[in-house]
Amino acid sequence: MMDTDFANRRRRDLIVAFCLAAIAAIVPLFVKDVYVQNIMVLTLMWGALSQSWNILSGYCGQISLGHALYFGLGAYTTTLLFTKFGVLPWFGMLGGGVISAVIAMGLGYPCFRLRGHYFAIATIVIAEIGLLLFHNWDWAGAALGITIPMSGDSWLKFQFARSKLPYFYFALALACVAWFVTWWLEDSKWGYWWRAVKDNPEAAESLGVVVFNSKMGAAAVSAFLVAVGGGFYAQFVSYIDPESVMGFQFSLLMALPAVLGGIGTLWGPMLGAVILIPVTELTRSFIGGSGRGVDLIVYGGLIIAISLARPQGLVGLFSPKRKEAVR
Amino acid sequence: MTAETIIQSLASGLLMGLLYGLIAVGLALIFGLMDVVNFAHGEFLMIAMYITFFLFAFFAIDPLLSAPLVAAALFVFGALVYLLIVRFAVRAKANAGMVQIFSTFGLAIVMRGVAQFFFTPDYRSVTHSWLGGKTVSIGGIFLPQPQLIGAAVAIAAFGGLYFFIHRTDFGRALEATREDAGAVALVGIDKNRVFALGWGLGAALVGLAGAIMSIFFYIYPDVGASFALIAYVTVALGGFGSVFGAFAGGIIVGLVEASTALLLPPSLKSVGIYAVYLLVVFVRPRGLFGSI
Repeated sequence: MMDTDFANRRRRDLIVAFCLAAIAAIVPLFVKDVYVQNIMVLTLMWGALSQSWNILSGYCGQISLGHALYFGLGAYTTTLLFTKFGVLPWFGMLGGGVISAVIAMGLGYPCFRLRGHYFAIATIVIAEIGLLLFHNWDWAGAALGITIPMSGDSWLKFQFARSKLPYFYFALALACVAWFVTWWLEDSKWGYWWRAVKDNPEAAESLGVVVFNSKMGAAAVSAFLVAVGGGFYAQFVSYIDPESVMGFQFSLLMALPAVLGGIGTLWGPMLGAVILIPVTELTRSFIGGSGRGVDLIVYGGLIIAISLARPQGLVGLFSPKRKEAVR
Repeated sequence: MTAETIIQSLASGLLMGLLYGLIAVGLALIFGLMDVVNFAHGEFLMIAMYITFFLFAFFAIDPLLSAPLVAAALFVFGALVYLLIVRFAVRAKANAGMVQIFSTFGLAIVMRGVAQFFFTPDYRSVTHSWLGGKTVSIGGIFLPQPQLIGAAVAIAAFGGLYFFIHRTDFGRALEATREDAGAVALVGIDKNRVFALGWGLGAALVGLAGAIMSIFFYIYPDVGASFALIAYVTVALGGFGSVFGAFAGGIIVGLVEASTALLLPPSLKSVGIYAVYLLVVFVRPRGLFGSI
């Protein structure tokens, strides 16, 4: 009984996701405004990043506040490979993903012994060390950063001067991939292991879950996807410096949609991004222009309000199951 | 590099470290009391620096004199933050950890916005204070007077805190509540009141640090961010919840920062602090003095 319910829910999730993606794909054909398209690209990108963060921190319960490291590594690998060696960004993004996944496992090896706040702070300081090293690495542009040279619209080099559409479709694809990977992992051996590790690592270990390996797996998948997002972001803004791709605020911004939408849930990160990113961008451009911080007050107030009012995330509001339970 | 420069920088590192300890101890106190990490701690420091600045600019009260006033103002502020926000955050039945992180993080953003709104993003500084820019020479080592006083204040504050926790009724209530919040309710101690006072006390300590810091540091809306991370590392290094750990952690952080600045380019001086934190927790996952 339970099993068919679960299988039905998973099938329904997949159908809903397909429909939403199809609708999203048509929207920019009607909405031509560049400003709005820009917000849509950012929304999809942050949704994808948060979805990837959610794999390690939501499902596996290892709260990382240092994912900016992988985002920055993806951005830097892609950009450096292209500007120094002429490697196309498509390979750069994959390369950045692989490098980040390997580094995530290397760092996970000592860090996954840590618990709770000690782990979270370790992730913060590791990302900060990365930031400071890039700040002082002359070959990689140091504090000045790197500008990606534009040579006309090209799919090969994945750069477009005017149109936002190609970026939009890439961001949509990335969000779909991150969502689908999460969907697929939810019902895999790894997915069950991760939830067991999150709830009670000792009990999981005693039942034969290899806790350490499952954390490493989650870290690798999560870092890979975030780095691809970082590579994309570098192409999208065509200029990177250490602060703008590896700053601490990126780690928090990555976590925020998942937390507000519903941490450790399939739909939470995307839902959180759809609400949060447009609000951020709109407040920034309509009331932030004065430079007087009103946008920060609205944004911060929203974070406090949602996290206090719905600690389990907004996603529960849309779940039919919950409505039944209430009735 | 002569022996003198080494002693010189270690001495200033020690002074700065004691101040780091004072900045961090409020965080450690609150964590020890109720397992909450205040992600707006840096912004508490920022507000304290602004209050000091305006008391100086409008009423010409020197930071040394206004420090107790600033601490008192921060006490009220800290207690209010507990009563208005944190009290509800700790009640969350789901995701308690994330709710605490993000409700205090949201508060930090709001505070930065409010500071920008009222005070503009301009850098400000307390000019011509009694101690600003003055140094004292001890056996050929030059020490800046503000940092020297800051270190003395930090030591006094730690001494006072020790006395307070171990010798007063409220201190005992604080200790009892951190041991077992459920049991203290049975003997008639109002948990919420103790928590509110704990937040007030934690904020007052960072307020004291902010008042001293404003003598030799620029004041701007984002100033807290640069010290917040050092404060978290200090607290975690010493072991979460341990007041003595924050004191020791602060000294270690100050000394490590000063020695790193001797060996590496100045922009990398924080790398040493972070590396030492990682080394310590890899060997002792609960920090130096943290309890299990």
